[in-house]
Amino acid sequence: MKLIQPILVSVLNRDQPIADLTLSQWDLLVRQARKSMLLAKLYYFIEDEFDLTKIPERVLRHLQSARVHSTKQYTDLLWEVKHLEKVAKQLGYPLVLLKGSAYAMTGLSAAKGRIFSDIDLMVDKKNINRTEKQLMINGWVTSNTDAYDQLYYRKWMHEIPPIHHLIRGSVLDVHHNIIPETARNSPDAVLLIAESRALPEHDLINVLSPQDMVIHSATHLFYDGELEHGLRDLVDLDALIRSNQEMESFEENLLFRANELGLHRPVFYALRYTYLILHTPVSENILQNSQLGAPHKYLLLLMDFLFLRALMPDHLSCNDRWTGLSRWLLYIRSHWIRMPVYLLIPHLLRKSFLRLSGKARH
Amino acid sequence: MKVQQLSILEIADKLTKNGLVIQVGVFSYSIQTKYSSIAESISILYADFEILNNEDAFIDFHVSIEPANIISKFIHRKAQFLSDGFPLFNPLPFQHAPAIIEWGMNWCVSSQINTHLIIHAAVIEKSGYAAILPAPPGSGKSTLTAALIQEGWRLLSDELTIIDVENGRVAPFPRPVSLKNQSIDIIKKRYPSVVFGPLSIDTTKGTVCHIKPPLFSVHQQLLGCPVGWVIFPKYKQGKNAEITEISKGQTLMDVADNSFNYSRLGSTGFDVLRKVIDGADCYQFHYSNLDDAIVIFETLEPPE
Repeated sequence: MKLIQPILVSVLNRDQPIADLTLSQWDLLVRQARKSMLLAKLYYFIEDEFDLTKIPERVLRHLQSARVHSTKQYTDLLWEVKHLEKVAKQLGYPLVLLKGSAYAMTGLSAAKGRIFSDIDLMVDKKNINRTEKQLMINGWVTSNTDAYDQLYYRKWMHEIPPIHHLIRGSVLDVHHNIIPETARNSPDAVLLIAESRALPEHDLINVLSPQDMVIHSATHLFYDGELEHGLRDLVDLDALIRSNQEMESFEENLLFRANELGLHRPVFYALRYTYLILHTPVSENILQNSQLGAPHKYLLLLMDFLFLRALMPDHLSCNDRWTGLSRWLLYIRSHWIRMPVYLLIPHLLRKSFLRLSGKARH
Repeated sequence: MKVQQLSILEIADKLTKNGLVIQVGVFSYSIQTKYSSIAESISILYADFEILNNEDAFIDFHVSIEPANIISKFIHRKAQFLSDGFPLFNPLPFQHAPAIIEWGMNWCVSSQINTHLIIHAAVIEKSGYAAILPAPPGSGKSTLTAALIQEGWRLLSDELTIIDVENGRVAPFPRPVSLKNQSIDIIKKRYPSVVFGPLSIDTTKGTVCHIKPPLFSVHQQLLGCPVGWVIFPKYKQGKNAEITEISKGQTLMDVADNSFNYSRLGSTGFDVLRKVIDGADCYQFHYSNLDDAIVIFETLEPPE
């Protein structure tokens, strides 16, 4: 079965020259990018790969609007990090920024035009209560007062329920691991924190090592069930891999580290699907060596079927008859990986009930 | 081709198939829906607007209104606004579809466009200068606007004042003017020739009815102009009309408060707003009677 490649993917993987886009292709491109949270990213992509002055003015207006939004997020992030630095000093140990905020503070190209809604950070599990208390003293309080959710997060998840700042409204997700500890291959988070690096010019604000950033991003994408923004996360992986290419023996270290953390499976998927979908340049060698993390060939056929659909933009124009089912199966799979069955069944039942009764969307 | 050149059936046909594409100010919309009440309101309110070809075109906003879900379709009969397939507001009674689409079309601009500073305010033009009327709901802004555009002022917009951050000029967005409750009768009595769209009764904002934008405003919908005045209107029963100058600093703060994307724009927002307010005369305006208001607006002189 041949899949039709959405225009957004064809532009990002350079199959489709930007200069040749027709107006109706631009129309679809902007819509798919907006829905995938990649509109600001597209602005910078066209700036780097083509020329913003040569695209239709009407299109540029939407790209610029998205760029303004992402710049505002970056400015807000700098301000929040200043406040987090204060908290970290009071605590006396580093707060490790994850994902979007880490890319932005490190100045990685993955951050250019990346839209994020929360700031993710990680601390050692033994410090999680102290961290939460100190954040609360500084104005961050829990956003979710549902007793079930509170218990569920605190007992089974790798993070506490989201907290938001009373005055500024900024939302923090405080983690003590990158996947739940009930997951079959949950890594030892102490290893991740030990390898994290201090940001220059910031006291006690850290980010993961370059390899661990890729591994975390891969784990998040391929073990988490929320694939509506899957393409955005795949684009992150593409940028992270590209920007580390110059680094000596990055690829070998990546695989070595993935093995050490027990996360070679998501890294295998990351390399496979960035290469297949976005044509991310990686060496034959690493593609070959990452096969160690590959699933059985029949399972891989199924995964290809599911991920090659689920990772497309969540836009009407990109769906075939299997897309909805693929996303749903991957959602179930993510829970399957993360929880033993005796926890999973009651949890999913409760969620379906809430969804059916219209109280929740997920 | 203009909307009025199509019969209501032809409009409904476009709405149910690939979408009716119209140019409103500097933006284009593709509208899709099966609700015939929308075909009716569009045929009245948008009669003078240009229809665009939707083959090989870039369209700014793709909007639709659909039954909210299968239960709503048969039992609650609620309608939902979708921006490019994505539901925005909670579903509302389907009778309100003509009002919902107007609100949704505003949402598209106010939440997605940052090349312009967007203020929640009416804006009208005379002798080449725009008067911005920012005001919270209930201040009589739309009633005043509906009257003034019958008295020689050009309608630029009733809800959204759109200022180009590059040059500080107002870009027209001459959508139908939204009137609520008693204002509908006041304007109907005063100006019998004004054309009204369908009535939406018992919405969250009360009874809502839109009036057709004047032909002249639609013809000139691509012609922007600089800002001459910023006037905060306030309807106060029994009060004599009174216009008082207010400080530019206060005006800037109040306009920023009424803006959708002032903070999103960062320093660009401040720079353009400062420039606009520097060049404008700023007033507070209390009135209880439209005749007095019209006279006072008549005497406004463009700023030096």
